[in-house]
Amino acid sequence: MPEIRNYTLNFGPQHPAAHGVLRLVLEMDGEVVQRADPHIGLLHRGSEKLAESKPYNQSIGYMDRLDYMSMMVNEHGYVKAIERLLGIEPPLRAQYIRVMFDEITRILNHLLWLGTHALDVGAMTMFLYCFREREDLLDCYEAVSGSRMHATYYRPGGVHRDLPGTMAQYEPSRWKTPADVQRLNASRSGTLLDFIEDFTGRFPTRVDEYETLLTENRIWKQRTVGIGVVSPERALQLGLTGPMLRGSGVAWDLRKKQPYAVYDRMDFDIPVGVNGDSYDRYLVRIEEMRQSNRIIRQCVDWLKANPGPVMIDDHKVAPPPREEMKADMESLIHHFKLFTEGYCVPEGEVYSAVEHPKGEFAVYLISDGANKPYRVKVRPPGFVHLSALDEMSRGHMLADVVTLIGSLDIVFGEIDR
Amino acid sequence: MSEKLDRLAACLEEKIKGRIRRLHRACDELTLDISAGDLLDIAGILRQDPELGFDMLVDVCGVDYSAYGVTEWATESSTAEGFGRGVEQATFGRFTFDEAPPASGRSGPRFAVVYHLLSVAHNHRLRIRVYCEDDEFPTMPSLVEVWNSANWFEREAFDLFGIVFNGHPDLRRILTDYGFVGHPFRKDFPLVGHVEMRYDPEQRRVIYQPVTITPRVLVPRVIRKDHRYLDDAAEEKSTDA
Repeated sequence: MPEIRNYTLNFGPQHPAAHGVLRLVLEMDGEVVQRADPHIGLLHRGSEKLAESKPYNQSIGYMDRLDYMSMMVNEHGYVKAIERLLGIEPPLRAQYIRVMFDEITRILNHLLWLGTHALDVGAMTMFLYCFREREDLLDCYEAVSGSRMHATYYRPGGVHRDLPGTMAQYEPSRWKTPADVQRLNASRSGTLLDFIEDFTGRFPTRVDEYETLLTENRIWKQRTVGIGVVSPERALQLGLTGPMLRGSGVAWDLRKKQPYAVYDRMDFDIPVGVNGDSYDRYLVRIEEMRQSNRIIRQCVDWLKANPGPVMIDDHKVAPPPREEMKADMESLIHHFKLFTEGYCVPEGEVYSAVEHPKGEFAVYLISDGANKPYRVKVRPPGFVHLSALDEMSRGHMLADVVTLIGSLDIVFGEIDR
Repeated sequence: MSEKLDRLAACLEEKIKGRIRRLHRACDELTLDISAGDLLDIAGILRQDPELGFDMLVDVCGVDYSAYGVTEWATESSTAEGFGRGVEQATFGRFTFDEAPPASGRSGPRFAVVYHLLSVAHNHRLRIRVYCEDDEFPTMPSLVEVWNSANWFEREAFDLFGIVFNGHPDLRRILTDYGFVGHPFRKDFPLVGHVEMRYDPEQRRVIYQPVTITPRVLVPRVIRKDHRYLDDAAEEKSTDA
């Protein structure tokens, strides 16, 4: 008769279901988890300290690399903090563009989450489906910023440039016949806004496809229903935000409750779960994608009708246009000062929170009046969610831990910073 | 928004009368300064009181104030030849581990812990700043019992700043490497760190060695008194509660 004893299992840091570099030390009783101890920090780059050593604008790129699945929303939190300290307000068109790209980012993030989460649980097809739509949205990123992921597109005072009038085209090659190219380029003949509008037209049916595969799927439900139940009281106590909190039935969304940019002009609903389990969080995120689609549609309509500036006219903060610099001495000086020294931000502190796809993402900025921040503290939603993993996974099976990690929607860029 | 803050400020002044060091308002945010001894008690009030109802601790942030207001390039005074061009090594981006400059800047406590609270029920926020009394061995009462979300945030502040949270159930390092020495976010910790890791083919294992890179920061840190913000600052001072 062998002796039965608890043993410790090391999960990660190089495990495909760990979503990055998570090392999880699990104390197991047979196949039941007694205690989970996440070891994080394997991706710690000291972004906050690096930001303290650079002028304000040079750290926008670090924000992209925090949660590298929802790049522009991170930028929004940081840029908004600087704007509030400076007391400037970006032009309305820039705010609409920001809201539109925030929602594009939300769909991007949720698609990646859905694909990888389903893959972890055992559904390969979802991954392929989700990445098909991500491709279109990453093309929007590329069209507007030149970069598919790390855009650095939001700047204090607006966005870097206006939406482009053309989209990149596919070209015939050994792998793409002219007929393929024509089909692929059909939606790309107009402006970026036309392309996004076309996307919003077909995206709801794509979400229906995902739901056909998963929502009533027996295996999916067996793996997610009743796994990692969090009561609303515990969710608040543990500091959960975003879909994690809404999945537990708390109708809390910063876009509605503390609206920023132009979210107060948007018409959308907040989905709320009932049971607080992994399945409800899945349903909440699926519905959020549909709502984001609605918001994008409203932004596209407004942006098509209202051309205008996308950057404030204050050249102490925003660089002057390049044409002016060629002839105007003052513009040249402004440009030189901005790109060598940067701008000084008045002394003070600000906490700027945005509704990130994962929860409440916030940047707490302390300025002592210098051209570099005195302290930048990023409040990452995933960090808090992962700290709740211990409590959520107790009493569940080892295989459920994988479901839970997927359900938390964690990305190590933001957790480790 | 502002009436809501007014009401919250009035409510705070009533509920924790006499223990407020400073109640400051800027950028539509309320900052409450209290002393470390009162923290646990006041946190309990903030959470339990139905009118305040701060049911969530959103963020805990350590701050090292030792280099506050320190610049590398004086822009205030000039000579007949113009402004001084010499950049003084003053910030952590420019020194290595053995040559940290003596902390200067402002007087007063060096370390602070900043808490951000959120009330989902009433939809308001509050920032609490508590200074650690001892600069050499900064301590702070732990809030894990009041808000469970404080757990990892306090571990992070301990790891990065060396602030010890009394009563924390499991105060270990969280973000830095196993066996890391020092607290990297302190202002006297150099940006380049002090050890680097590489694979040594002779010993056939990964080893630590002193850093070989030199610190390099291109842009000096300057503070320019901007007349556009001076009026605002003066106004804020007069409205301080």
